[in-house]
Amino acid sequence: MIQHLASLPILLPMLAAVILLLPPCGKSVQIRRYASNTMALITFAVSVFLLIHIYNTGISVYAIGDWSAPYGIVLVADNLSTLLVALTSFLGLGAILYGSAGDDEKGSFYHPLVHFLVLGVNGAFLTGDLFNLFVFFEVLLIASYALLMHGGDKQNTRAALQYVILNLVGSSVFLIGLGILYGVLGTLNIADMAQKVSQLNGDDVFIAKAGGLLLLIVFALKGALLPLHLWLPNTYASAKPVVAALFAIMTKVGVYAMLRVYTVIFGEQAGALEHMVQPWLWGLAIATIVVGAMGAIAAQDLRKLTANLVLVSVGTLVALVALQNVNATAALLYYLVHSTLVSAALFLLADLIAKQRGKVADRLVGGRAVKQPLLLGACFVVAALTVVGMPPLSGFVGKIWILKSTLNSEQALVFWPVYLVTSFALLVALSRAGTSLFWERKDKRSESADCADANPLQVTVIIGLLACSPLLVIFGGPISEYMVGAATQLHDISGGINAVLKGGM
Amino acid sequence: MELLYASCVGVLVSCGIFLLLRARTFPVVLGLTMISYAVNLFLFSSGRLTINKAVVLGTGADYADPLPQALVLTAIVIGFAMTAFVVILAIRGRADLGSDHVDGSPVKSAAASKEQK
Repeated sequence: MIQHLASLPILLPMLAAVILLLPPCGKSVQIRRYASNTMALITFAVSVFLLIHIYNTGISVYAIGDWSAPYGIVLVADNLSTLLVALTSFLGLGAILYGSAGDDEKGSFYHPLVHFLVLGVNGAFLTGDLFNLFVFFEVLLIASYALLMHGGDKQNTRAALQYVILNLVGSSVFLIGLGILYGVLGTLNIADMAQKVSQLNGDDVFIAKAGGLLLLIVFALKGALLPLHLWLPNTYASAKPVVAALFAIMTKVGVYAMLRVYTVIFGEQAGALEHMVQPWLWGLAIATIVVGAMGAIAAQDLRKLTANLVLVSVGTLVALVALQNVNATAALLYYLVHSTLVSAALFLLADLIAKQRGKVADRLVGGRAVKQPLLLGACFVVAALTVVGMPPLSGFVGKIWILKSTLNSEQALVFWPVYLVTSFALLVALSRAGTSLFWERKDKRSESADCADANPLQVTVIIGLLACSPLLVIFGGPISEYMVGAATQLHDISGGINAVLKGGM
Repeated sequence: MELLYASCVGVLVSCGIFLLLRARTFPVVLGLTMISYAVNLFLFSSGRLTINKAVVLGTGADYADPLPQALVLTAIVIGFAMTAFVVILAIRGRADLGSDHVDGSPVKSAAASKEQK
């Protein structure tokens, strides 16, 4: 059983989604919710178990159908991928719990779709094969298309149409890139590619470079890197907040793919193609941070603001990918976990605030007071402090670590001012948002809101997500040790190649 | 054969891109379909173009690379599903937005509805 563990984070959500489509769950809402929550909990538990198991025993390579690499498709569970799988499963559990409070009945098939999305994301994190990565991308995309339309209105259809078309073009570019790389390297196994890319010579080098850069376009599109970021604010702001919260992990899939492809395949060992995308990534990442911050200041409602915060976090993460050293990657992982959780929490919080403010919803103008100012206000303050990176929460630790990891490179001259000024801009944007949401009143008479209190389940989920922030600080020692371990493992390219090609199961 | 094959892929892609840049959903869907055809052809050619070779490991030492064929098959299936989805979405968009513009062009559709009145 234990040797099949690496495949379970993919199989369990698939099983869950299928069960949820079958009659007993299809008919009764209650049964569906219980089944969905139970399955999500099991997936999360298994993911955490996998994380601990891999941490103790080292990389595990699971050859699907016992066809060993490089001929068959393998799943590679190392510290990095299991960490992200656990994060995804946690977020999936949160989205399902939150949706169970009522959002799931606003459209059809919410629960199966969330499980399918988790399946796609987990698969993308675990796979050791580039074509398989494409397949899992498509799985998560088609689930996300449907979720985006969940309980939607006209505004929603427009955003979805643009999102779907953009991603279909992205998929075509992905396939062309894969075709080029396969034509040159003769393999699509990531470890095998890393080995063969250094043996290229002559014209093949340039063809491989073209293929690699085409992949960069795709990952930049998924990760919403400038200039391919334009879809993100609209899409995230028009999706249901609980769906947007789940989408917080999806941009990270793009960043993860960049990390895998450009650290392992086109990394230190790539000969002529060593670090070929670094100059591109660096400039684009800085520009993304700046544009994201400007968008955050200009945002008219809390959800758009949060969507722009996601952009800023993507920019930061990609800048760290571009640095290509162990310390930067470790900081990246810490920041990735923190930013995913807190942006998900902010989206959910925007939902509760919008419900309690009636007509003005989450627009940043004066309006009716929220019904539970203390609870929502406190959550908002914690979330805002975390995002901006004020002590004592996890954002602060992440920020210090990021700044420290860039300290020794000459890029610090650009990165430090941009990053620090951006943080200040975000502080301004969030303070302004908080002020208008909670303190600015237009209409004194309609203070007594006729809406209900927030559902305790929803509040629990938000608090649960936010509680991870102080936990990331309290257990900072072991967690940062883990991150450094995972980063070291990723950068140890020859070790990774050996484990995949010679290990097997 | 190489020239014919390459120009075929090239023409399909350029037609596809031209259609994609139209503002209406129907040409865009057609463009996506064309690009996906081109992609399938391209993927197939990544195993090199050869004739008269065994399909998979056969009697002779020479055999065609089977992997690109498997890749193309996967890509066709996925591309088909995605096209079906985008067609449905385009129809829904036509109904919801009152126009078949990709960006839902609010000004124009408002003007159109006024004219109808």
